[in-house]
Amino acid sequence: MTWLSDAALDRLRLAAESPDLSATRYRLLDRIGRGGMGVVFLAEDQSLGRRVALKVLDLPDDSGDLAERLVREARILAQLEHPGIVPVHDAGTLPDGRVYYAMKFVEGRSLREHAAALESVPDRLRIFEKLCDAVAFAHSRGVLHRDLKPENVMIGPFGEVLVMDWGVAKLLRPLAGDSASAADAAAGSDPARPGTRDGAVVGTAGYMSPEQSRGESATLDARTDVYSLGMTLKFLLGGDPSQVPTPLAAVCAKATSAEPAARYASVADLAADVARFLDGLPLEAYPDTLFRRAGRFFRRNQVVVWLVVAYLFVRILLILFSRP
Amino acid sequence: MNKILLGIILGTVLGCFDGATAWFYPETHAQIVEILIGSTIKGLIAGVLIGVFARLVNSLALGIAFGLAVGLFLAWIVAFLQHAHYFEIMLPGGLVGLIVGYATQRFGPAAAASRA
Repeated sequence: MTWLSDAALDRLRLAAESPDLSATRYRLLDRIGRGGMGVVFLAEDQSLGRRVALKVLDLPDDSGDLAERLVREARILAQLEHPGIVPVHDAGTLPDGRVYYAMKFVEGRSLREHAAALESVPDRLRIFEKLCDAVAFAHSRGVLHRDLKPENVMIGPFGEVLVMDWGVAKLLRPLAGDSASAADAAAGSDPARPGTRDGAVVGTAGYMSPEQSRGESATLDARTDVYSLGMTLKFLLGGDPSQVPTPLAAVCAKATSAEPAARYASVADLAADVARFLDGLPLEAYPDTLFRRAGRFFRRNQVVVWLVVAYLFVRILLILFSRP
Repeated sequence: MNKILLGIILGTVLGCFDGATAWFYPETHAQIVEILIGSTIKGLIAGVLIGVFARLVNSLALGIAFGLAVGLFLAWIVAFLQHAHYFEIMLPGGLVGLIVGYATQRFGPAAAASRA
């Protein structure tokens, strides 16, 4: 009997899973990873001479529901043109009948992997702000992500922050200029059909909001993503809010409140509070007191305060020891 | 806040305070009003000069140096007119100039970039 090396096994696995790209302009290069509905491959777009990521459906799908979801994901992504959202280049069906879409190939690491390399709290918060920007943009277009977690955020080599995996996104209203999404949004509580109907649970345990984990799909709004972002912020801050500055712990607590009404009303509000923390300003989640305000003023204006103290000290010394 | 306005406010307030400390010397009580007015005007002049400098030159080090120089110079004039108490008058005067110099560089809109 001959033992196969790991590399040989990997090649065999890739060959077995490889999509038939013969009738497309793509050439298969490698397998990158696996998502909920399909496998993601690295491919070369031979027309444009660039590398792309191909997401290909690879689960049995007799009803066609999964194929429809994948196409819908591509359609949503295509409408969300934002530097923080991975752009879709193309979508279609392979000769073997499998649905796929091509998107930008992001060379980077997931936020979970990248977080260990971030040394300071401000560095982590600046990444979080970019993440919030992208999600707030999606919300402004009527799209909820519903599966925000460190694994679904990619950090590029130049610090770009990209939100990935919009497979379980929910449309709150039709996307502008997209008639198919109009039908989706008009379909009722959730346009995503099987697997995401009201009562069904989608998302990731530990990151999804209580209402989402109860399957209350019909009533979900931006605050479900606020909750997931709050959990992501907790992760970024080391997982233990008691070890971070009290105002930031208050931001985490407000974002992850069990009651949606107690959370930030929008991702923009959450991001604004994080920005205020970075600027040393009062936070919505952390009521101001005179003592805190004085402490903040001192931290922000230490040199001026010390100069005034030095002046007063000199004045007192002169009053005590000098008689003009 | 405008750097010149900031300089005027800071210079005036600190100058006024500087003059008010004369109250702690009983022998000056008879001239306290004149001292207060003179010191306030001195602070105002220092604030205007330092504020204008901060608008023209965007440099923390130069701003502090200029503030210190203006504060010391104006205080020296006051001491010179009295022919006495140079140290007691110039030390706090210099500190006031330094504070106004730092504050006008640190706060308020930065000086416009110079044209090529």
